Amino acid sequence: MTPDDRKYTEEHEWVKLDGAVGTVGITDFAQGELGDIVFLDLPRVGTRTEKTKPFGSVEAVKTVSDLYAPVSGTIVAVNEELVSAPDLVNKDPYGKGWIVRIEIADAAEASALLSAGDYKKHIGLH
Amino acid sequence: MPETTLVRTPLFDRHVALGARLVPFAGWEMPIQYAGILAEHQAVRTAAGLFDVSHMGEIEVRGEGAVALVDRVTTNSVAALPVGGVQYSLLLRPDGGIIDDVLVYRLEKAILLVVNAANTEKDLAWIRERAPRDVSVIDCSRDLALVALQGPSAARILEDAGGGAFTGLRYYHAAEGRLAGHPAVVSRTGYTGEDGFEVCVESERAGDVWDLLMESGRPRGLAPAGLGARDSLRLEVRFCLYGNDIDETTNPFEAGLGWTVRMEKSEFVGRDALERARGAGVARRLVGFVAEGREIPRHGYALRAGGRAAGSVTSGGFGPTVGKGIGMGYVPAEHAAPGGTVEVDCRGKWAAARIVKGPFTTPRTHK
Repeated sequence: MTPDDRKYTEEHEWVKLDGAVGTVGITDFAQGELGDIVFLDLPRVGTRTEKTKPFGSVEAVKTVSDLYAPVSGTIVAVNEELVSAPDLVNKDPYGKGWIVRIEIADAAEASALLSAGDYKKHIGLH
Repeated sequence: MPETTLVRTPLFDRHVALGARLVPFAGWEMPIQYAGILAEHQAVRTAAGLFDVSHMGEIEVRGEGAVALVDRVTTNSVAALPVGGVQYSLLLRPDGGIIDDVLVYRLEKAILLVVNAANTEKDLAWIRERAPRDVSVIDCSRDLALVALQGPSAARILEDAGGGAFTGLRYYHAAEGRLAGHPAVVSRTGYTGEDGFEVCVESERAGDVWDLLMESGRPRGLAPAGLGARDSLRLEVRFCLYGNDIDETTNPFEAGLGWTVRMEKSEFVGRDALERARGAGVARRLVGFVAEGREIPRHGYALRAGGRAAGSVTSGGFGPTVGKGIGMGYVPAEHAAPGGTVEVDCRGKWAAARIVKGPFTTPRTHK
């Protein structure tokens, strides 16, 4: 389950591009490794992100993990549904479990991310 | 990680078939979760869960002087324990540090100690060193399996499984009998804060007992439950985990385990040190705290009390029943009062947490 309509990072985030805006979430592999997610610590709209730097974190019952920005830019939306239903990330990581939308500063950064095929190879190596 | 051979419990194939995620734990390959920790936690709080805890060590002490020996190496009073009684107790170093926390079963012909997997070898050596010639200290850890049936529906499930002979047991009592046709020691004990039973059987028979309980429990909502749920369940009722909340550098009084110490009984290892510790008063106390915000205190996070560094979180996590981050840790005695505040370094952010008295959720164990 790795949709090929989007790009991926080695840190297990996905980005779906719509013009200059990328919707960001974590992969099915990532949610499976984390287990039951109970809280997401997310930035406010307007916060700047820097590629490969943490922009938030995911708290699961057993563990916590940083969220790494797949691209540099500005947060333009945060999935408010995750406040009351963080488990959407477990149930529907590529859909309703999206996390933030980022207005991408440099389009070249986004196109340099992993394809679905490359990401599958990446997790296959784990 | 060094290549080591992990020991598998006799129920390993069943865990694999149930889709468990298996992890190394104290040298064993154990199921940490099946469907998911939250679902398993909920199952135990509302219906029942079945845990394979065969990694736990079992030490049998036999002979004329068995009671006297166990009495001398543990803090609780074995002499006062009737046949069929079970007690929570501690093994101490002479300096009062905790070697292990154990369950002591007084059976018809022997004393059975159920000990932490990681401590089995250490405990065995410690007890053997102190054993007189006429007492045998036998390691039964590989020969015996242990299954915990926990939750408000546990008694009905055990009854449906033909274990009606055990459902009349009182809390912290055990009986020797049969389950699934095999000899078993069944006790009304557990590590979840719910009513429940722990079933000790020969390893080769464990599969039959597991299958029978799973089958009997299915209509009542029984779920297989892993070490992940076991940890969140025990933390919510504030049971200590050896190696996290207690170890050889902590004494029973500061850990809040003074109730397991019978100072009035005959001589026991650690007694003199405890006498001195009691006279001096405790400098720090193990407290439980609930995060005020959405942060989750986790094992190892730094703690601050009264504005000063105060060690670290010994156990922490999300409490599914509490719905918040909860934790335990040692703080100076003057800052340990319930209602007070500690601060937890949650990944660079100092998060406030309120000290609470007693368990985070009220235990519903059998009376």
